[in-house]
This record gives sequence, structure tokens and C-alpha cells, in this order.
Amino acid sequence: MTTLTADLPASYLTKEQTIASWLLTTDHKRIALLYFASITAFFFIGGFAATLIRLHLVNPAGTLLQPDMYNRMFTMHGIVMVWFFLIPSIPNTLGNFLVPLMIGAKDLAFPRINLASWYVFNLAGLFVLYFLFMGGVDTGWTFYTPLSTHYANGYVVAAAVAVFINGFSSIMTGLNFVVTIHRMRAPGMVWMRLPLFIWAIYATSAVMLLATPVLAMTLFLVGVERTAGVGIFDPALGGDPLLFQHMFWFYSHPAVYIMILPAMGVVSELIACFARKPIFGYAGMTYALMAIAVIGFFVWGHHMFTAGISIYSAVVFSLMSFVVAVPSAIKTFNWTVTLHKGRITFDAPMLYALGFVGLFTIGGVTGLIVATVALDIHLQDTYFVVAHFHYIMVGGTVSAYFGGLHYWWPKITGRLYSEMLARFAALLTFLGFNLTFFPQFILGYLGMPRRYYAYPPEWQVWHVLSSAGASILAVAYVLPLFYLGWSLFRGERAGANPWRATGLEWRTSSPPPAHNFARAPLVTSAPYAYNPEDGSAIAQDGAHV
Amino acid sequence: MSESAPRPAEQFADFAQQGEVAQLGMFVFIATEVLFFGGLVFTYYIYRHLYGAEFAIAGRDAKLMLGAINAAILLTSSLTMVLAIEAAAADRQRAILRWLALTVALGFLFLGVKGWEYVTDYRDHVVPAVNFLMKPGYGGPAELFWVFYFIATGIHAIHLTIGIGAVLAMMRFARRGRFTPVYYAPLEVVGLYWSFVDCVWLFLFPALYLLGRS
Repeated sequence: MTTLTADLPASYLTKEQTIASWLLTTDHKRIALLYFASITAFFFIGGFAATLIRLHLVNPAGTLLQPDMYNRMFTMHGIVMVWFFLIPSIPNTLGNFLVPLMIGAKDLAFPRINLASWYVFNLAGLFVLYFLFMGGVDTGWTFYTPLSTHYANGYVVAAAVAVFINGFSSIMTGLNFVVTIHRMRAPGMVWMRLPLFIWAIYATSAVMLLATPVLAMTLFLVGVERTAGVGIFDPALGGDPLLFQHMFWFYSHPAVYIMILPAMGVVSELIACFARKPIFGYAGMTYALMAIAVIGFFVWGHHMFTAGISIYSAVVFSLMSFVVAVPSAIKTFNWTVTLHKGRITFDAPMLYALGFVGLFTIGGVTGLIVATVALDIHLQDTYFVVAHFHYIMVGGTVSAYFGGLHYWWPKITGRLYSEMLARFAALLTFLGFNLTFFPQFILGYLGMPRRYYAYPPEWQVWHVLSSAGASILAVAYVLPLFYLGWSLFRGERAGANPWRATGLEWRTSSPPPAHNFARAPLVTSAPYAYNPEDGSAIAQDGAHV
Repeated sequence: MSESAPRPAEQFADFAQQGEVAQLGMFVFIATEVLFFGGLVFTYYIYRHLYGAEFAIAGRDAKLMLGAINAAILLTSSLTMVLAIEAAAADRQRAILRWLALTVALGFLFLGVKGWEYVTDYRDHVVPAVNFLMKPGYGGPAELFWVFYFIATGIHAIHLTIGIGAVLAMMRFARRGRFTPVYYAPLEVVGLYWSFVDCVWLFLFPALYLLGRS
């Protein structure tokens, strides 16, 4: 096996060791790790809020938290998980690390903007900690007016500022990725040879760039209304609260695709590698990614079926939501067909990826149910919706994030983790997740509204099941901290390409040197040139691996 | 080649790539800005459509003359900005500085006129939440017009201020002889941004000052 690793300088981890060399780094790989630290902290803050919610709901009378504190907890959970974990999760850690490596570039197009985005992200995080410790916000993560502008008694403006500033970091990252993917590809890396992860990051970045500014403006207007007492969305002064919902969901529905598209990219890499087969329908997969990104901009009204929009626009938004299911289904079918007659091994990343396919399918199909106007009248604002979007965001995105983390961990750190514990964690995630959220479908069907801090006793059994699942899920999420952390010190050396994968990122040493490659790679073949007959593969620079 | 010869940033192969990347980056950024202002202008036009008569009456109190003077100032400043880029392409170093200085001056002039306009607006009691009187003829949502007027022109002024800062930075670069006919991409990028801010005014001026005057 030939590699491009001859005469490589010191790895990006060992090149310089001072604190300043980390805090002032412009190396995309180090910035990825800085982001990893930040979002891991926020993941556990958001997870802590979720834990309190689930503990509280074990008892129908809701005795653990006061009602007001309960509102603040689910708001905290939503804001932190959406903007400070899910949206940056895959793009800012794995994306930051992998985009230049996968396309054969030395770095992102704007390394200093990349570093600045991390500082901006943490500045936004400081605002989150500020409103958290000052007493929180009780509007829900959606900031609906007039609740947020007139009636909420929490730190709405601080929360809006946090999300507003966070948007800058999203935009900086998305801009960097788009420009890098357009202009920094290695010779021979034409568009139709890009790994699907890169296509997914590209589609995600486009959505980030076009949706985030609208959210920024919307939250700005909410902030102005709340502080100045003018009536932008206040019907008493001529404003229109529905307009707020339109503008909010114009961002926040595409935001779902910001979360799920990168996950689709990760899963495509994982399934091809561990089935040792070229991805089925590569071109279709790229079109499907772009189609989801584009159509995703025209479905936001399905959040507002019961809010008083006209039946005609409800029908159009419902139809568009069905249309977006088509490319999603194409992707699911193609992953499945890729598995067919593959040489499948069930390594930990593959277990996460397979978990993703199953959970994403359930999340997607229940999405069709809530996109149907007549059914949504019954299901709107119930636990059915809560279960649906957690299947997409947690079952989908978080599974893929953990799968990707395990898959590229040897590349990032140069070390192998305990495969047995990792498989155990992957299975535990799948079991715990289903036990947590499947009962919520039933609760929602029975009529349990979301965001209620108490409920009739006959629903207790479902809530107890859900909370039991949540505790399993918590173990599954904490476990990797230990064995991945342990691998940093005691893990076996990984070697350049432990999975015998085809991407350019595996053609340099693990961990890679500061500018990634000893010499610029020349790309000669399509991605995923795996041979299921004997498990061999041809890397994108033509080497047999 | 001497040691002090300028080299492209290390992630790029050459200056051509660096320049292309910089320009594409600015175009992508402008796309996000279009959506940012787009959200505001969209909201404004929704209300303009809902309350056409009330907005028209309120809008007649906008200072048309000052707005028009500012439109002329900004358009001229885009010309001087482009002339600075032309000068860089032709390697006329002193002309670069001259045109940039003129651009900055026009930018400050715009802000001065705008500031004066805000003062007259204040005296006119049309500043929502600070000094607002329902004048004779003003209907219920008239205040909304002024809310949007101040938000839109305020955000535009912030953008212009950032633009002035960027042009000042370009003047520093120019004084150090950083722009050669081979590489003057920073100047082009700042020029793109400047023209964008100019374009925003071309949308705000008719929307806020001209509509409903006839």
C-alpha cells in the first residue's frame, strides 16, 4: 500500500504545543477541535435541561420543577440544542476538519475568518450562559410573538442576541465552505468526483447562507419591539403576529435541513466504506441533496396549518412538504441498495449509520403524517410532533454525528478506540432513543400537548417509559467521553487508513500534518471505488488500498 | 525574486487564485446581505400593502430633499470607488489614494446629511418610542412607517460606517504600496461591498421617500 505520507512534517497536534498556538491557530483541523470542545460543552448543558424535563414528567402532577422553571428548561433545551449543538455539530467539527482534506486543499479559503467564527460562536455562548444564570427564558425556542415581545418575563433580548450573534458564526462557516469547495479543489477533483460528504456540506452551507440572515432580521425586529415598545408584530398597533411566524419558519424550517443534510453526507461515507461498495446512484444522491436544500425553502408554512393561514396556502405548503420527501426517499433507497450484496462489517460507525437510516426513515414518514393538513389539525403541538422532529434531529443527526466522530476519530487523533465499547454505545443509543421517543408518538396521538408541565395520570406509563429511555440514552452519550478520552492516551496507533477507505483524507498521515499533504494530491478516480468481491478499494488518487 | 517580494497566502497556489477566492467570498457575503435586508424590505412592503393610505400620509413627512441629496452623494461615491480600482489596475499609486480619500469624504458627507435628517425628524416628532406625536391625518399604523424608516436607514448607516472603515484600511494598504496591477483584490472586494451598500439605498430611497407622494 503506497501512501502520500513520505517525509511528512510533524502532525498538526504536535507541531506547536503552547496555548496561544491553539487559541490563535488558523489551521482548520485545530479550529475543528476548538469547536468540538465548545459544542460538546453545550451538548451536555442542553442534555442537562432535557434530563430535568424527563425527570419532571415522570410524575403526572409535575412536582420536580415549578411551572415557570419548567418553561425555562424546555426553552433552554431547545435554544442550546438547536443553535449551539445541532446546527454547528457536523459542519463545524467534522466539516471543518474534513472539507480541505477531502478535496485535497491545504486549508479553507479564509482561515482567519474560520478562527473568528469560533470566537463569535463562543461570544454567543456567553450570552446563553448569561441568560441561563440570570434566570432563563420561557418563550420556547421559537420566540413566538406576542409572547416573546409582551408577556414573557425572562431574558428574551439576551437570548435573541445570543442567537443573532450565533448566526454570524454560521454565516462565516458557510461562506468559507462554499468558497473553498468552489475554488480550492485539488487537480482532478471535479464536481462529480466529490465525496458525498462534501456535496452535503455544500448544500448545507447554501442553506445556512440564505436562511440565517432572515432569522437575524426577524429576531432583530423582535428585540426592537420588546425594548422600544413599538408594534412591529403587535396587532394592537397594526402589526401581524403571523408575519413573525412566516419569517421565523422561513429560517427555522430550512434549519432542519442544515441539521440533517450533513448527517446524510456522513452516512453516505460510512455505508459505502463498511459495505465495501460504491454508493448506489451517486449522481442521484447529489441531485437529491441539492433538491432537499432548494425545496426545503418552500415548505415553512407546514408549521402554521393551525395558525390561521388560508386553506389554499396550507394545501400548497402541504404539497411542497410531500415533494421534499421524494429526494429524501431517494437517499434512503440508495443507501439500502448500496448495502445489497455488500461485504458488510458491523463496526461501530456502521452501527450508527444503520441506526440513522432506520430512525431517519421513521422521522421522515411521520413527517408526511404531520404534513397532511387534516391529520395535522389533530397532531399540531402534540408529542407526536415532538417525537417526529426528535427522530430526525436526534435519531438522525446525532446518530450520524457520533458515527462520523467514531469513523474519523483515528484520523483526527491518530488513535483507535475500544471497538467493543463503541459498538455497545451505538446499540445503546439506538435502543435508548427508541424507548425515549416512540412512546411520545403514542402520547401525541392520544392528545398530550407539548410544553405542558402536568398531564392526566392515565398517560403516566408512556411518560415513565420515555424517561426510562432517556436515562439509557444519557448513558449511551456519556460512554464515548470515557473510551474516546481513554484512547487519546492509551489507544493503539491508527495508521493512515485503518478502514481502507477511498477518500483523500485517508491518503495522508493520522493525524495529518499542518498543511495536510506532503504534496498536492492528483485525483484520478471517482469516490467510493470499493470492490465488494474482495473488499479492496482504489483511493481517489488512484492508489490501491 | 527578493525576499520581500509579496507572496500569496499559504493556502493558495498563486495570486490569481487568492484574488478569485476573495471576490467570490464577497459575492457570497453580499448574497447573505440581500437576504438580511430582504427580510426587512419584505416586512415593510407587507405593511405598506396592508396600510397603503396610512403609510403614504406618514411617508410624506420624510425629508425628500435630504434623501435625494444623499442618493446623489452615494451614487457619486460608487464612481470614485471604481476610479480607485481603475487607478490600481493602471498602477497609478497617488490616484488610488486620491479617489479613496474622496470616497471616504462622500461617505462621511452622507452620514452627516443623514444625521441632520434625524435631528429634523426628532424636531418633527416622528421618532417612535422616543419622540412621537400622532399628527393630524395620521392613522393607527402610521407609527409603523417610522419604525421601519429608522430601522432601515439605521442599519444602512451602520453598513456604510463599516464601509468607510474598510476604505480607510485600503488607504493604509495603498500608502504602503500594497496594490500592484498583479494583485489589488482587496480593493475590488471593498468596492463590491461599497457598491452593495449603495444599491441598498437605491431600494430604500424609493420605498421610504417616494412611494405615495404623487
